[in-house]
Amino acid sequence: MFANLTNDLDFQAKALVLRGERQRILASNIANADTPGYTSRDFNFKDALSQQTQTNDSELSKTGKGLSLKNSITETDSRHLAIPALDNSQLSGSSAMGYGMQTQPSVDGNSVDMDRERANFVDNSVRYESTLRFINGYSKTILSAIQGQ
Amino acid sequence: MSMFSIFNVSGSAISAQSQRLNAVASNLANVDAVAGPDGQGYKARQVVFQTTPMEGEATAGVKVSSITESNAPFKRVHNPNHPSADADGYVNYSNVNAVEEMVNMISASRSYQNNIEVMNTAKTLLLKTLQMGQ
Repeated sequence: MFANLTNDLDFQAKALVLRGERQRILASNIANADTPGYTSRDFNFKDALSQQTQTNDSELSKTGKGLSLKNSITETDSRHLAIPALDNSQLSGSSAMGYGMQTQPSVDGNSVDMDRERANFVDNSVRYESTLRFINGYSKTILSAIQGQ
Repeated sequence: MSMFSIFNVSGSAISAQSQRLNAVASNLANVDAVAGPDGQGYKARQVVFQTTPMEGEATAGVKVSSITESNAPFKRVHNPNHPSADADGYVNYSNVNAVEEMVNMISASRSYQNNIEVMNTAKTLLLKTLQMGQ
């Protein structure tokens, strides 16, 4: 029964971790906007998230626990909940890290389009914050249900 | 958490851009410097950027790998009465192109501002994440 309550929370948690990863990659692109020969990186968020949730659904049926991504946080007690951590080796196929093409030809081989990166960065920030709001709202709903108000 | 490495990445970027601004400042200060007795005037300096991998996949900072000197010809002005005139009566000035340096400065300044904004946004998001559930 507990899994039913936390399924939505698990999904939002995975989305949050992926958003953080994407934020880091976009920040690298912006930092290397002037470096000759650098190609901008990005990944398809929708495919990556659906791949992460599908992986866990199959793991769910096997272990009955819920979260199965490789953890960078160790649980020292058996009652600790597993924290999802993104392992990039699990991104494959359409959700793997792709390269951005040059929008305007550049002599030094740099393919970072500052406008595209800035727009993606802002978009990702807003979605990160909205994911935070969803998590907050959902946990408050559960809390009020527990308290019976 | 993966987003903490953003500070390292953007920190390396603003450090590299400020070195670039330093080079621009040196060049502009020495636009009218006259060559010494050896005939070698001030050569314009340019920084060369290079990507440095940081922890995490596809996370890359930037660093200045070397500072090169331009080999453009010096500006020569015919002025036999100048104390530093050579045998032909020409005075060698620096090979700095002031217009190029101004464009370089504008580009470096924009990059610097962009990376500052990336750091601020990441800091705001992390602070909001800390308040999750409250």
